[in-house]
Amino acid sequence: MKRENLMLTHWQIQRDADGLAWLTLDKAGAAANALSAEVLSELAQVLDELDVRPPKGLVIRSGKAAGFIAGADIEEFTRLDSPEKGRELVARGWNLFNRLAAVGYPTLALIRGHCLGGGLELALACRYRIAVDEPGTRLGLPEVMLGIFPGWGGMKRLPEVIGAPAALDLMLTGKTVDARKARSLGLADLCAAPRVMEASARGLVLSGQAPRRAQGLQAALGAWPLKGLVAAKARKQVAAKARPEHYPAPYAIIDLWTRHGGNALAAPETIDRIMASPTARNLVRVFFLQERLKGFGKECDFKARRVHVIGAGIMGGDIAAWCALRGMTVTLQDQSLERIAPALERANKLFGRRIKDRLQARSAFDRLIPDPQGQGAAHADVVIEAIFEDAAAKQALFRALEPRLKPGAVLATNTSSLKLEDLRTALERPERLVGIHFFNPVAMMPLVEVVAAEGADPLALEQACAFVRSIDKLPLPVKSAPGFLVNAVLAPYLLEAMRCVDEGVAPATVDEAMLAFGMPMGPIELADTVGLDIALAAGKQLAGGAEAPRCLAERVGRGDLGRKSGQGFYAWAAGKPSKAAPGPVPAGLAARLVQPLIDRAQQLVADQVVADADLADAGVIFGTGFAPFTGGPLNDRKQQQR
Amino acid sequence: MAFQPIYVIDGARTPFLKARGGPGPFAASDLAVQAGRALLLRQPFLPEDLDEVIVGCAAPSPDETNIGRVVALRLGCGPKVPGWTVMRNCASGMQALDSAIANIQSGRSSLVLAGGVDALSRAPLLYSDAMVRWFAAMMSMKTAGQKARHFLKLRPAALLTPVIGLLKGLTDPVVGLGMGQTAENIAWRFGIDRAAMDAFASRSHRRVAAAKEAGSLGEIVPLVDGEGKIYAEDDGVRPDSTPAGLAKLKPVFDKPYGRVTAGNSSQVTDGAAFLLLASEAAVEKWRLEPLGRIADTQWAGLDPAQMGLGPVHSATPILQRHGLALNDPDLWEINEAFSAQVQGCIAAWNDEAWCREELGTAPWGRLDEEKLNVDGGAIALGHPVGASGARIVLHLLHALRARGKRRGIATICIGGGQGGAVLVEAAA
Repeated sequence: MKRENLMLTHWQIQRDADGLAWLTLDKAGAAANALSAEVLSELAQVLDELDVRPPKGLVIRSGKAAGFIAGADIEEFTRLDSPEKGRELVARGWNLFNRLAAVGYPTLALIRGHCLGGGLELALACRYRIAVDEPGTRLGLPEVMLGIFPGWGGMKRLPEVIGAPAALDLMLTGKTVDARKARSLGLADLCAAPRVMEASARGLVLSGQAPRRAQGLQAALGAWPLKGLVAAKARKQVAAKARPEHYPAPYAIIDLWTRHGGNALAAPETIDRIMASPTARNLVRVFFLQERLKGFGKECDFKARRVHVIGAGIMGGDIAAWCALRGMTVTLQDQSLERIAPALERANKLFGRRIKDRLQARSAFDRLIPDPQGQGAAHADVVIEAIFEDAAAKQALFRALEPRLKPGAVLATNTSSLKLEDLRTALERPERLVGIHFFNPVAMMPLVEVVAAEGADPLALEQACAFVRSIDKLPLPVKSAPGFLVNAVLAPYLLEAMRCVDEGVAPATVDEAMLAFGMPMGPIELADTVGLDIALAAGKQLAGGAEAPRCLAERVGRGDLGRKSGQGFYAWAAGKPSKAAPGPVPAGLAARLVQPLIDRAQQLVADQVVADADLADAGVIFGTGFAPFTGGPLNDRKQQQR
Repeated sequence: MAFQPIYVIDGARTPFLKARGGPGPFAASDLAVQAGRALLLRQPFLPEDLDEVIVGCAAPSPDETNIGRVVALRLGCGPKVPGWTVMRNCASGMQALDSAIANIQSGRSSLVLAGGVDALSRAPLLYSDAMVRWFAAMMSMKTAGQKARHFLKLRPAALLTPVIGLLKGLTDPVVGLGMGQTAENIAWRFGIDRAAMDAFASRSHRRVAAAKEAGSLGEIVPLVDGEGKIYAEDDGVRPDSTPAGLAKLKPVFDKPYGRVTAGNSSQVTDGAAFLLLASEAAVEKWRLEPLGRIADTQWAGLDPAQMGLGPVHSATPILQRHGLALNDPDLWEINEAFSAQVQGCIAAWNDEAWCREELGTAPWGRLDEEKLNVDGGAIALGHPVGASGARIVLHLLHALRARGKRRGIATICIGGGQGGAVLVEAAA
């Protein structure tokens, strides 16, 4: 094996005696590979060198344990302050990958771990792709999630390789596929176990096999006359999910593919429009907010393996199931096995949905242990209390629990309405109690509030954040205050929505106003989903003494509690509300509804319940689904004022 | 060499679920995992702290033939805790205990999870040899025409009459007798009549029902399936069983004039039972409070056609070694494979000629049935083959403690002509 004499910081190239070259990307000073301008310019140098002395074949792989290539360097997106810079960014990758695609020697991308965005576009420019069959291997073009498009050849090559319908589906939803799915789509030529990946790479790159292309119908769907139909169908599917005024990128992707063969440089005005759109800017912001949340708890080496959850209701049961799904050994306590069993059934369904491998799903079920006697508490690294909201009951529980805990165990409550300061009085070491507040449905909601009461042990808080990360949720540190962040901002918003109903606006119209604003669900439907009794109680606690909306009090009085009772503002059947067609939305309705939410968020920042405006935005987006393209409520207000 | 006593720390078993046609709700490893994880949960140590896991299983399914290792891994013992499987037919669970004991005594292990399991409802249907030959030939056919011609040779009768794995397992492979027929042999030898067998069976049901009523079956940990359904109790017990009701059943093994019926035989059942065994050092290290200890074990062989007398052959040497008369142990557990077989054991000990010929001793007298299977047995609970040997040892310790008694013998007959016995001493 021979090393080249290039001066490279991020790439290494080695040649085997038989002339096969291995090009390894190991981006300096980074945990994961990203295609920064510097990385790409070095790749161009490598291609220069290989032009001079062409190898028999070239295998491109990653030197990182974390994955293949995570995508472009998203940091660079934040520095695109002129249209020229946007076009230049697109041209950089487009031209380089075209050059890679045109080299005379066979090329292969050996994909182990994530291969996203620009990473997959690089791989698509290779003649062959091998996806290594491991859980971490994910391939996709998630650019649309950042409000942009796969402009480095993805829009051109992905439809050529796997056919237009599947390619559009991947590009427009941003979803990723695993190694086996990549193989069945034809995105990978081969799905290989790690133990044979090098041998497979060598064999395939030197095989002389024709590069994979969509065939037959799949090819026809990407050409005239069917192309137009495919595009129309894709447009319709996108329209059902995202409004063009909120999310222009998916529409641009369809246009660029239909009219320009995926070459964005042929439509520079589209590049300018998309790259400079507030949506792209805000979605990139949301990406970095998410990265910031992921950073909480990182400094701490706490590794939870055993979790004890007390209370097997919807929240406790689903928290336990989620922890087991993420690899923890979980004991789930309640007063009887009869109370625990329904949670096990829900868990089993979750595992069946989320884990394809039957044996792995069975392992998750094995790890979730019903524990009516609470014996698991003594071995647990993290104990989460999720019983009914009664301070005396929780205090009694903590009093009995504390002497049985391991010395270093994190003790947490999932309370949403009680003060940690009151609950912890039962403890010998009150400072150890933290809040770990999940949202319903646990499996869907990425945010978890980590709640600090006054004088709480900073190490316990840090460990709680590390635990939340280890179960793949986003921790948001908040101070103990009624409703913390998420419920505190939701309450005035829901109440305002109900006041509109009191004033005679139809519930479906209220909801339509907020759907048009970009919310994933209207406030009235949300209240029905949460439960009107809970909304009423939360309103009393969080509305600062304001009278409850009449429409709410009446319904709760009648026992119409929303989804769970089958009737609330809507009639519910099979988990779906039956909604009348919305009336015309009165002008300014959305602004009126969202105003109390924004005001409250601002107040919570001022009160230091959440550390800064960015974290408040992050919390509201990941905790409520607040329209991500706005960049969060406070960011939106700032932009509106500008 | 003196027998170094080994401590029984704790134990648990699943409810025994009667096979009701078709596969039961749990695979054998599911049963063992649910019993084992509840048992381990209440210990001061973690699953990783075990030295090994030993599981007795007479009929592991093809995807978990070394079920001991499967269970160890599924229990979260981690890759470093070895797991293995032992097979001595009906005494597989007892063999697991004895293997654990041997390893603890030799110093190889100090803390072992051992027990047994079988899911007899999931015993496979097998292709006959004729069908297997047909499949093998099909594999060698090259062309479609050859295959089609071969297909015509398929005899539907061969396809539709699978070999029932369970019946294979319950037939002695050397003398060719069904287990029920060996019980008929014993009934014939000692003149045990149908009425006595049915009365014994009925008493077994009543004793289990009374024990359940009294809360004496605390070793059971409930099972939960993926649909959230709870299985909390042994479901083959019929508290209303009467000799008159049992008298209506037809003999199933020696038709039509035999004496052994489904009603006076043990039930075909799924279940698992585990015990935690420890050395004295481990007891001290983890500050464990043992249920008691195992003071001796014995295996014996006998004529396969008389296999039901295995308990007499295996328990007698223990009595001799410890200078005990037949009624000196405070309690006895003789696994109830068949009424005829347990009653045959009682008769054998009391039979001068038999004792002289088979044991070379004077007769041992009549075993006091008030000391025997005080909380009922396998006729009511069922006999998930691999689990039973572990179950009777565990229950014997609980039954002794509940009565403030100390010493007991648990013994089991073994298909193929063997017997196994364990002498236990309950902790005060």
